[in-house]
Amino acid sequence: MPDDSRLICAEKICKTYQTAETPGRLVLDHVDFSLYEGEIVAILGKSGSGKSTFLRVLAGLTPPTEGQVAYRGQAVEGPAHGIAMVFQTFALFPWLTVLGNVELGLEAQGVARAERRRRALKAIDLIGLDGFESAYPKELSGGMRQRVGFARALVVNPDVLLLDEPFSALDVLTAETLRGDLMDLWVKRRVPTKGIILVSHNIEEAVEIADRIIIFGSDPGHIRAEIAVPLARPRDVTSPRFQQIVDEVYAILTTVPGREPGRRGARGTEPVGVGYRLPAASIQQLVGLLDAICAAPYSGRADLPHLAESEHIEDEELFVLIEALQLLGFAQVAGGDIWATPAGRAFAETDLQQRKQIFADQLRRSIPLAAHIRKVLDERPGHSAPEARFLAELEDHLSEEEAAEVLQTMINWGRYAELFAYDYDRGVLSLENPT
Amino acid sequence: MQQRWGLPIVAWPSRLRPNYWDGIALPLVLGTLVLIGWASRQMSVPYRVGEALPLSLDPSHLPEYGLRTVLRMALALAASLVFSLAYAALAAKSKRAEKLLIPVLDILQSVPILGFLSITVTGFIALFPGSLMGYECAAIFAIFTSQAWNMTFSLYQSFLGVPQDLREAARMYHLSPWQSFWQLEVPFALPGLVWNMMMSVSGGWFFVVASEAISVAGQDVKLPGIGSYIALAIDRRDLAAVGYAILAMLVLILIYDQLLFRPLLAWCQRFKVEAIGTDEIEPPWFLTMLQRARLFHLLRTLLDEIVSLASWAAKRARPPRARLRRHPFARPRLVDFVWNGLLLAGSLYAVVAVVRFVHAEVGWQEVLHVFLLGLATLVRVIVLIALAALIWVPIGVWIGLRPRLARRVQPVVQFLAAFPANLFFPVAVVAILRFHLNVEIWVSPLMILGTQWYILFNVIAGTLALPTDYQFVASNLGVSRFLWWRRLVLPGIFPAFVTGAVTASGGSWNASIVSEVVRWGDTTLVATGIGAYIAAETETGDFPRIALGITVLCLYVLLFNRLLWRRLYNLAEERLRLD
Repeated sequence: MPDDSRLICAEKICKTYQTAETPGRLVLDHVDFSLYEGEIVAILGKSGSGKSTFLRVLAGLTPPTEGQVAYRGQAVEGPAHGIAMVFQTFALFPWLTVLGNVELGLEAQGVARAERRRRALKAIDLIGLDGFESAYPKELSGGMRQRVGFARALVVNPDVLLLDEPFSALDVLTAETLRGDLMDLWVKRRVPTKGIILVSHNIEEAVEIADRIIIFGSDPGHIRAEIAVPLARPRDVTSPRFQQIVDEVYAILTTVPGREPGRRGARGTEPVGVGYRLPAASIQQLVGLLDAICAAPYSGRADLPHLAESEHIEDEELFVLIEALQLLGFAQVAGGDIWATPAGRAFAETDLQQRKQIFADQLRRSIPLAAHIRKVLDERPGHSAPEARFLAELEDHLSEEEAAEVLQTMINWGRYAELFAYDYDRGVLSLENPT
Repeated sequence: MQQRWGLPIVAWPSRLRPNYWDGIALPLVLGTLVLIGWASRQMSVPYRVGEALPLSLDPSHLPEYGLRTVLRMALALAASLVFSLAYAALAAKSKRAEKLLIPVLDILQSVPILGFLSITVTGFIALFPGSLMGYECAAIFAIFTSQAWNMTFSLYQSFLGVPQDLREAARMYHLSPWQSFWQLEVPFALPGLVWNMMMSVSGGWFFVVASEAISVAGQDVKLPGIGSYIALAIDRRDLAAVGYAILAMLVLILIYDQLLFRPLLAWCQRFKVEAIGTDEIEPPWFLTMLQRARLFHLLRTLLDEIVSLASWAAKRARPPRARLRRHPFARPRLVDFVWNGLLLAGSLYAVVAVVRFVHAEVGWQEVLHVFLLGLATLVRVIVLIALAALIWVPIGVWIGLRPRLARRVQPVVQFLAAFPANLFFPVAVVAILRFHLNVEIWVSPLMILGTQWYILFNVIAGTLALPTDYQFVASNLGVSRFLWWRRLVLPGIFPAFVTGAVTASGGSWNASIVSEVVRWGDTTLVATGIGAYIAAETETGDFPRIALGITVLCLYVLLFNRLLWRRLYNLAEERLRLD
């Protein structure tokens, strides 16, 4: 491929987060990536796979620890002119009106007032915000706010548009409309933008928009797979070809690496260490999903896209739940399907007290952290231990926040299973329940 | 460049033509300008030490005195604003500066405000020989010290709390550091800043009154102002004059409230990132005038032009080169190391210097004595806060449960908090004398006279914030009165109560200097305590003893805050927050 059609070129990007106390933690591991002129690339991955960090590296908002980013052949050493970004949280200045927010980038560039006003009004018109020029962001709905976000990005006539989960804070209908409008602008070439990178966790959204999908793997973040989407626009989301690609992406994303069927060991013997980043799945949702899989119409085996739709679960949430079900040995996943294991079926068919027993057994068998905590508590004379102790152990593998989150999840699961008790006020784990 | 100026002129006919509001606005603006001009000339009149300034108890002079007091207040507020912006920005931007600035601020905050006055007044007088300006500066500085610290803290905390996504947006759209300071950081910090300014000014009135009549080291200067007026009234045992002064102060605070803070608070709403709470503030008339009168449109358009021209020029002069440091964490370790070493050596040296100074000048016997005096004041503060809580918590809850009443009461309470309680001291002295009361006990309530309102104010706010659902649940379960307090109300309002009590206790420590010694004519009532000690030493101008008293008081405040309030605060934050 000729070099000049590359808008952005990232080579061997590594990113380590380092604080004064802890040694570096690798977040991105040798990521190579190029954005070519005229394409939309979607980056998918579970939360914590470093996809947002990667986007920020491309944007020049955070420097890579190793590697190089180039924009049109020029090394990126800070936010480059020609690259604009739309944020998940909109990131609008609440004290500026719609017009003021859209003008912000132009004002920073020193564009004269009249010219600024003219261009801002044009962008506002383009994105369908006319009539709202003098409104403050607070007065607008989420969808309208994100339109301001888009107008603010488009008004500087960006070459490359970086979208950081721009639709994920919006409800389904609003997101769909906004996505449609954006694609309309793109297809009809009404904006001078040459390339778009979209970070998302919504699979269908990615397949609908992108020419190419990059799937990130976790711990540390790396490119796990790349899928081309050679479908003509506008895309028919109900076509078999579209659904096939969706299935394919689901299959990749829901398979825990190292747990693909056919690999050694079905359960328990996997290299999931004490420091594994447990997915923050809530018990209620886990139970609900397992029940749904085991009940009609799925009766133990379900197609993931279908399941997500019938149970109204967002993709990101679904990944978390599915990983948890797999880790706990309640279900297995392959080829975009999920099916319950014997333990999962037994769990679904019994009553509350029995369920707790099964859950406890699975925890001790499959989650090394649970087994470890229980072992420590059993051995200590008072059958109790401060949480700080386990946090410190987790922090050998995870960042401070991640460690706290993992322990929180563990405590929730452990409490449900009555494997151990936790006293919030004292921050102590123990075997005793309040009497 | 033609185009830059084109727009306002085009817009002139419709947007900038005068309207009815201008009828009020124009005289107001011109009148203010004239008054400020006159009063500031009075400030720098020649003055020789020992000369008596003409001061009269005739109430017809009160407007003039009031104006000069207000001007002092405004100057101090402006100085505080500039100081806090610079200080907070520096502390928030530079990790190294932060290590020095924040602990220093923490200590400055606990130094009694009148302590600053006693230490600095000689310096200021020397700065402007033969002019009244030195005394004016000393007074303004004292007011400044009562306002600047909490404004700085608020700004610093806001600067640190600017949401990451807004920061990224600012960088992504190439705002220069200067632009993002004014367009992002300062606007974000505004609501907190305005609120703290209001609290600051409330405290400031107290010290305006206390700092106008300067009597340090045998010097006795009464700067024309309401504070001096009342000091004179006390000297002459004129109870009617005290009444006039109280009335004048009421009017002044009302004007400040109406013209400055009500509009500011309402205007600040737009700077809140989250639309928390839907307590719509009714637009105050003054803000409406500012927004409607074309005069201000004209001024604003002009200001906008100047600002944009300035930032445009700045841009021209220095094209932005947003460069990222390759490895932000690989800071030069050596520099950090040396800096930390310097900080440590500096503070060690300071400790040694203080110890040697005190040892040489005062002796340890007296140090112990001062610590015991501090203990007496500590007991007073604790007892008073407890008493105030016993009285105001039930009343505050009662009011807070009636939202309509609460909305009407809150501004009144705020107003009471702003009112300088020291104006009422003479009344208390007269009462103590008349009824032959125990001085040690009955002087104490003066310490909390002005600050108890913070407890009431916060308890009302806390009760208002209690979800009504909780009360429905309580009545649904048939919870008894006792349980209702213990399980619902007290835990629910605890965070708000702690906030109020912290403010009240800080204010009481500060007030101890003026309230442990009270006068009426030539009768002086003295209670045992560290405040009385500092006040007495200030009068004689014994510098080492002033320093000792202030240091000890400072230590007490710091320890009290660390050991009690901060713990309660953390407890409230962690366990009892409603969310």
